[in-house]
Order: sequence, then C-alpha cells, then structure tokens
Amino acid sequence: MDQVGVEERVATFATRSIKKSAKVWGLKTAVSMTDLTTLEGKDTPGKIESLCRKALRPHDDPDIPTVAAVCVYPAMVRHAKALVGGSGVKVASVATAFPSGQTHYRTRLAEVRGAVADGADEVDMVINRGAFLSGEYARVQDEIAGVVEACGSAALKVILEVSELETFDNIRMASFLAMGVLRPGDFIKTSTGKTTLNATLANNQVMIEAIRDFYTDTGIAIGMKPAGGIKTAKQSLQFLIAVKETLGDAWLTRKRYRFGASSLLNDLLRQIEKEKTGAYQAPYYFSDAAESY
Amino acid sequence: MSTPAVNRIPVTKTPKVYIGGAFVRSESARTFKVSDAAGAFFANIPQCTRKDLRNAVEAAAKAGPGWAKRSPYNRAQILYRLAEMLEARSGELVTSLVRFGAREADAARGMSVGVDRLIHYAGWADKYEQLLGSVNPVASAHFNFTVTEPMGVVGIIAPDSPPLLGLLSMLAPVIACGNTVVALASEKTPYPAILLGEMLATSDLPGGVVNILTGFRRELVPTFATHAHIRAIYASAGADDRKALRLGAAASVKRVRFTDLAGREWFSDSAQGLEAIRDFVELKTTWHPIGS
Amino acid sequence: MAATRKNSGGPRSGLIFGDLWEFDPAPETADPKLKARYDLFIGGRFVRPRSGRTFDSVNPANETKLAEIALAGPADVDAAYKAAAGAFRPWSAMPGRERGKYLYRIARLLQDRAREFAVAETLDGGKPIRESRDFDVPMAAAHFFYHAGWADKLEYVAPGRVAQPLGVVGQVIPWNFPLLMLAWKLAPALAMGNCVVLKPAETTSITALKLAEILQDAELPPGVVNFVTGAGETGAAVMGHPGAAKVAFTGSTEVGKAIMRQLAGTDRKMTMELGGKAANVVFDDAPIDQAVEGIVNGIFFNQGHVCCAGSRLLVHEPVAEQVISKLRNRLRVLRVGDPLDKNTDLGAINSREQLGRIRRLVASGVREGALMYQPPCRLPERGFYFPPTLFTRVTQSHRIAREEIFGPVLSILTFRTVDEAIEKANNTPYGLSAGVWTDKGSRILRMSTELKAGVVWANTFNKFDPSSPFGGYKESGFGREGGRQGLLDYAHLA
Repeated sequence: MDQVGVEERVATFATRSIKKSAKVWGLKTAVSMTDLTTLEGKDTPGKIESLCRKALRPHDDPDIPTVAAVCVYPAMVRHAKALVGGSGVKVASVATAFPSGQTHYRTRLAEVRGAVADGADEVDMVINRGAFLSGEYARVQDEIAGVVEACGSAALKVILEVSELETFDNIRMASFLAMGVLRPGDFIKTSTGKTTLNATLANNQVMIEAIRDFYTDTGIAIGMKPAGGIKTAKQSLQFLIAVKETLGDAWLTRKRYRFGASSLLNDLLRQIEKEKTGAYQAPYYFSDAAESY
Repeated sequence: MSTPAVNRIPVTKTPKVYIGGAFVRSESARTFKVSDAAGAFFANIPQCTRKDLRNAVEAAAKAGPGWAKRSPYNRAQILYRLAEMLEARSGELVTSLVRFGAREADAARGMSVGVDRLIHYAGWADKYEQLLGSVNPVASAHFNFTVTEPMGVVGIIAPDSPPLLGLLSMLAPVIACGNTVVALASEKTPYPAILLGEMLATSDLPGGVVNILTGFRRELVPTFATHAHIRAIYASAGADDRKALRLGAAASVKRVRFTDLAGREWFSDSAQGLEAIRDFVELKTTWHPIGS
Repeated sequence: MAATRKNSGGPRSGLIFGDLWEFDPAPETADPKLKARYDLFIGGRFVRPRSGRTFDSVNPANETKLAEIALAGPADVDAAYKAAAGAFRPWSAMPGRERGKYLYRIARLLQDRAREFAVAETLDGGKPIRESRDFDVPMAAAHFFYHAGWADKLEYVAPGRVAQPLGVVGQVIPWNFPLLMLAWKLAPALAMGNCVVLKPAETTSITALKLAEILQDAELPPGVVNFVTGAGETGAAVMGHPGAAKVAFTGSTEVGKAIMRQLAGTDRKMTMELGGKAANVVFDDAPIDQAVEGIVNGIFFNQGHVCCAGSRLLVHEPVAEQVISKLRNRLRVLRVGDPLDKNTDLGAINSREQLGRIRRLVASGVREGALMYQPPCRLPERGFYFPPTLFTRVTQSHRIAREEIFGPVLSILTFRTVDEAIEKANNTPYGLSAGVWTDKGSRILRMSTELKAGVVWANTFNKFDPSSPFGGYKESGFGREGGRQGLLDYAHLA
C-alpha cells in the first residue's frame, strides 16, 4: 500500500458537503451504529445503568433510533444485560485481556466464555500483536479461530490495534488474517481506544478496502468498527462517506458498521437537533453531557 | 467654569521574553534595569539564566520536527507574514530604536532593510534546495542524489548594533531552511527584540521555532557553548567570546559560524544571501540501483 | 489449538452503489462578482477594442451567457505591444527586490479573493468548484509567490552568466486551467524583468480580466502586463508581432506547429507546451487501490482536459482484470453534474466543439472494436457533459490509443514485461508525461530513465509545484515551466 496515496484518497471524503435531509439521514444512521462505550477501571453498576438508559433513550425525540450496542468490561456484562436485554440494543463485552492481550491463551478464552455465559451478544477481542510483529501469522489466526468457537452464537469483533501495527501493509495483512476465520455478522475493529492513535479515515480506509476485496473474492460480508478518536458528528459523517464510496449501500447499516465511541453520541444528537430547529445547541441540553461551561 | 485638563497617566508595558510560543519572565524572576538614550528609566527586562536557556532549547527541540516537516512554501509564507507584521508596526519599531539612541535615518533604513531581508529569505525557502542539492553522475548503475536537511537547534548571539536588524538578519536564514532557534538579544539594547517576539507570535510561526532570551553575555554564552543539544552556533562576538564558544563547541562537535559585520555594514546586500543558509544545513546523499 | 476454518475462494460478489444515501445539492454560494462586459487591459487600463466588437462567454454547465468579452484586433494587439515596450525599460531596471514585491502583492491579493476567483473559474470553464477552489486558485497564487522570490536572486539562475530579461514576450494560453496557465506564464516572465502581452483562450477570458483588477490593486506599473482577448486571429497577431522578443504557447500540438510555421522566417525565441497521450503504467506489484486512484485522477481530473492526462492505461497482464474491475467500481461513485455543486467530481466539458471532438473519437473506438464501459449516470439536460468512459481491448493501432481525446476517456492496454511496457509507453509522437506504479524502487528508476517524457510520476499522478520543471519531449513541445530551469526560458544569458 502507499501511505501518501491513501491519505490523499481519504482527504477527498472530507471535502464532501452533506446538507439537509442527507445530513439528517447520516446523523441518525450514525446514532444507530454507535457502540456506546464505557471501559474504565472505575466503572460500577451505577455507571452501567446510566450508560444503558442513555443507549435505550438517547434524547427526548422519538425519531432518534436507539444505539446499536453498549460496550463494557466483562465484569459489567450481567448488569448491562439486565437493563437492555430484549430491547434491540446489544451487549458487547471486551475480552481476551483487553486492551493488551498479554496473558495466557487459556485465560483469554475463559474470559470470552464467561462474558458469553453472562449474556454478552457480542465480544470485542484483541489480536496477539506480539505474535504478529514477530511474524507468527498462523498463530495469530489460530487464536482468533479459537475465540470464534468460544463465542458460540455471539458475534465477534476483532481488534487489530492499528497504532501498534503501525504500517498500512500490516493493517491490511492483519485484516485478511482475521477475516479468513470470521463468519458473516462478525467485524474487524481498529483499536482499543487505549493508545494515543485510534481510528482515522486512513486506517479505516485500509480496513474497508480489505473487507471489500475479501467480499468480492469470497462473497462473505464482514463488518467494520472504527473505535476511539471519533468525537464529532462531522468526523462520523466523513467515515460514512468513506463507506458509501468504498463498500457501497450494503454496509451503511448497524449490521455491518459500528462506531466505538462515547462522547460522539451527544454531538450527533446536538447536530440533529440543530437541523430540526435551525438553532445551534448548547452541550448541556443533552443527558450525560460532561461539559458544564 | 471649565475643569482643568488632567494629564493622562500612560500604562507602561512589562517586557517578557518569547519562549516556546509564550511570553514569560525569567525562571529566576531576576530583571535588570534598562534606560533609554537620555538616561531615563525605561523598563525592567528579564535577566535570563542558563535554566531559561535550557527551557528554550527544549522548546526549540520540541518544535523542530514539525517545523522541518513543513513545506518550504509554508515556511516561505510564514517568513513573508513576519515581514508583513514588521512593516505594519515599523513606526513603533523605529520609535523604539530612536529612543535607545539610534539616529532616525539609521533606524528607518534599518527597518526597511530588515523587512526586505525577511522577504529575501522568504524567497529562498523554496529555492535553496535546487542550488545546494544535486543529482550526482556516479559511475555505477545507481541513482545518486544529495539533499539538504536542517541541523536542528541553532544558537544565535546577536550584535549590539544594530540591535534589531542584526538579530533579524541572523535568524531569518536559519529558520528558512527548517532549523529552530534560541537567540540571545543585544545586551545593551534588548527591547527591540522583545517587540520582535510579539511579531513572531502574530506571524503564524509555530511556538518554539524561535525563542529569544535577554540578559548578560557573560552569564549565558558559556551555556550556549556547552549545551550539547544546540547543534550549531551563529554569533556576533569578540575574541574572548569566540574562543569560549569554539572551546565549548568542541565538546559536542557543534558547527560554529561567526559574523564580522558591524553597524551599517548590516545594511548592505552583501549581508544576506545563500551562504547563510548553506552554513546551517546538513547534506545527505542517497544511492539506489536503477534496474528492473 | 482450535482447528482453523479458513474462508477461501468463492464466487466474485458485487457491491451496491445505489441511492440509499442520496446527497442533497450543495451549491457554492460565494459571489464571483462578474461584470456584464470585460474590456481589453492595455497600459494599465481597461480599454475598448478599436473595432468595438465583442464576443460572448458562455457557461458550459448550462449554456447561459456569462459576459461579453472585447474582441482584440491587430490594432489593439499593436497598442498592447507598444504599451509593453514602453514599460520595459523602467521595469527591467527596477531592482529585483522591488520587482518581486509586486509579485508578492499579486499572490496575496489573489489569496484574499480566492473563493470569488474559484467560482468565476468554474462558471467560465466548467470545472468542478472543488478543483478550482482546492487546486487552480491556490496553485496560481503559489506560482506568483514562488517566482516573486527569484526576482532578486537572478545571479543564481545560470551561475557564471548574467541572466537578463528578453524584452516583451507574447503569450497564448489554453482554456483548461485558465487562471493557472496565466500564472505559469506571467510569473516567471515578470520575475525575470520582461513585460507581457497575453491572450487568454476565447472560451475562458474572465478570470484573466478579473486578475487585471488585482494588477491594478497591486499598482503594477501600467504596460507591464497587457491582456488582449479574442480567438485564433488575435492569437496569430500576438504570436506574430515583431515586437515580441519571445513567444510562449500552451495549447494543441496542431496549433503549435502552425505557430512554428508562422514564425519560421524569424529569429523569435519560443517555447511550446503542447499535447500529450501519457501512458500510466501499472505493474503487478503496484499498490493497487492507490494505483486505481491515480488512474482515475490521471484521466478524470478536470474532465480529462489535461495535456499531461494519463489517457492510456498500460496494465500488467497478471493484474489487468483486478485493476479494471476496481476501476469500474470506482467510476460508479464518481459524481457528474453541476460544476458549482461542491460534491461534483466531473464537471462540464468546456465547449460544444470539444464535446463533439470527444464524441467522434469515442465513436471511432467503438467502431474499431474496442469495448466501452460507462457507469450509469444522470447527465444534466442542458450544458455539455460526457460520462467517465473506459475502453478495454485497446491496442496501439486504435485511434483512441494514438490521438489526444482531451476528455474523460481512458484507453486500456495490457503488457507482459517491463521492456514491452517501455516500448508501448514510448510508442507515440507525444512525450509530456508518464506514470509508473510499482513497489520496486529500482524499477521506478529504470522506467524514469527510459520513458521519453518530460514528467514522470511514480506511485502518484498529476502533481505540480512551482519549483518543479514541467514540459515535454517530442511533439509535446519544448521548454520548461517552473523551477530554476523554467526561468532560463525567459532570460537572455550574457
């Protein structure tokens, strides 16, 4: 891959001008694609309750869809499931010693089984970057296949951790390694959100091109989830434009595209409200907003 | 009945030095008094220490990679904007120079030359590469090319006369080719350098690319000489300071360049040119086979 | 270890690029500040043509009239040359440092009014606003800015010699990048101390005459730059005038040859920047998706109205099917339509005449047995439009592989070896540019060495910079524009 070429291609996505009904469609679609996330050491059942209520009812507007999923640590899966089970909002659990993955394989698998047993509909795993960077590609793929099995009927999202893979060639290779053992309904994902470089239009592009090429070759449609670093509605629309022009209409759905985010949701709601009323909104009109000023 | 006119008390300015894109006092909190040409008190100027110099070098090092990666066109536009800022405030600068003893005609001429010199170096930023770099006709089946690269953090010791034009003439070529600068302003007439800091801050120049210290040579030159992260020295200095700088440079193999220009010699066109850039770039030569 | 099930080869599946998420219109609304009538610009003032005649400038996007443009006759061209000759002595005697400042002013004033000029350029010529906004206008300003800095450094242009201005230069520019071609011509000529008489293309005169306003705001001494508008006759008068120390022409090879014949009996210096039929060569180890972007950019940027367009794709047989398939998908998301819409990728063809030429050559391709592909697209009812077009099964003998189409039409040929790629790429009377796509550095350098083209783009395409010399081999012309080398063409070396 040529890095400069990729950056130039994605720069054109940022020049698209999305207005009016197209904008509202994009914003609402982005809401429906959000995996509303809390992954902090200090998470408690109370925090999960707050997150889940927000996921089920993002704003005082019945036209706003629910988000796609809540994304939490394994210890919080039970609490989340109790609140959103049966609602259409899925419970996604990180597992496999997220975010580093640096523990024994058997421990990582056990964590996956535990989360699924507690009711997780989806599992977000991390690949073994140490093995990848040492060239042990078969091992990386075998481990993913093992997690697929441990998931049972739960969907799997495979986090490549793009900041650690560094080059676009590595990201593309890792994408194909993962897709080689994934099922329709599974996803590949950019990042844990725990390093300094997360989802960008460029690494999103590398991965969706891999998904596209895999689909044209095999007919198997794998989903995509950029995570971390997408804070504004404007950015999320640029990601959707990338999908529209690279993967086409069939991927513009929560079944095949997710945003791993937390503060993005309120910016989406803020922009939707602005399109509805014509007036720019203050952040504190939206529940769970952090800003006081 | 008319009320007597009240003389409005002017608000004086606190001079602060421009380091890391911000205006700060010395970390030592020391200042020294500066008087104008008539001997009247003007202001207390920060008396920078070697720790201030250390902080400035860190700021310059932090700003270095980003500045070197900017396109030459972008650097050219920023230097041109600096010229725009100076031209717009040239009246203020001339007044300041005269207040500190310059003849009005010299101050005005120095201002014009200074602005034009900035534009001259703005024009070099995207051209010197074609003159200093090359493709070399080696005898083997290789493509061989030489490119320039900035050296890194460059220390500048500016002359006392002319205090503004000298500093400008030295820092412009050095930053035009991608280096970052820690400069010591004139010890006798430091205030114009304070004003220059304000203009640097409004010229789109990223913080840390140029850092200007005020203070005493005897306190600061030794650290300029020995700080290993300063890769080159460009100084207007007498024999003793030159020796000290050369000795210190030896310990970290700094490149050292001195200027002999004094007073009105800085006005001449021979005080600017490609050589000032050539002295502050490295040359890198790359080979690659030509074949299938 | 769990047994691995690997997903392997299956049927090729198609992607859907439909209207699930239709974009709303997003027109650029900045005011281009057009006048109803534009006069000639001679001696620093706008003057009526002696004949009083004008011609219309039309918006190719919808065929509406934009403005009336003065038609310069021989007497007007003569007046322009006189004004330029009168301005030459003081202009060339001015210290370079001061001459440069005028060019810096022009650059800055153009940057100030960038959006206004971008809209005017799009209305007059048909190119998408995104291109005139993001490429044409900023690049034109950059050319003035770059060359401004040479004015006081002329002793470095040809070390050991003194570079002196030539006098008055006559320049004729094309309609594909009106403002940018103007900057390419004016900036080096002025930096070197020459004065100019320039004729813009007849279908795109507006931004030149708007720039004349900027020349006045910059207080450029009257007569240094003169614009005479008109068509072929005016152009011949400009090229043939005895007052020209040098002429510079950018346009079709056919007209370039006519000018060379016209001037054969004189000693006039000239530079020519003519047509092209560039080969874009993609090897099997190329970064394929980026190569596809480069191919698309190479032929569809500015609707293919580009002399250095990558109009022939030479693709390595092992990856031909893959590249062509990706190209088809990529074409399906190109948006053709109103040039003023910010989302438009392909705007209008510049004129009815040009549209006719494109249609005729495309018809020849079909007739001669090449296979045509055009993505489904809704073209506006009025205006001159042509969909992006690919031809496969093209050989070197097809007309569409030999003749410059100057439209959004790509001819695709295949090759088996590096030597064959070089042969095919060079098998043309043209030699302006070429593209090479491969991961192998030594191959890039070999191709660059052996391709007979003045510009070689490796793993990229359509990149321009004021410091980078541009110009062609063979029938693509002679002389270079940009960089230190470009200045030499405007100098007399003493």
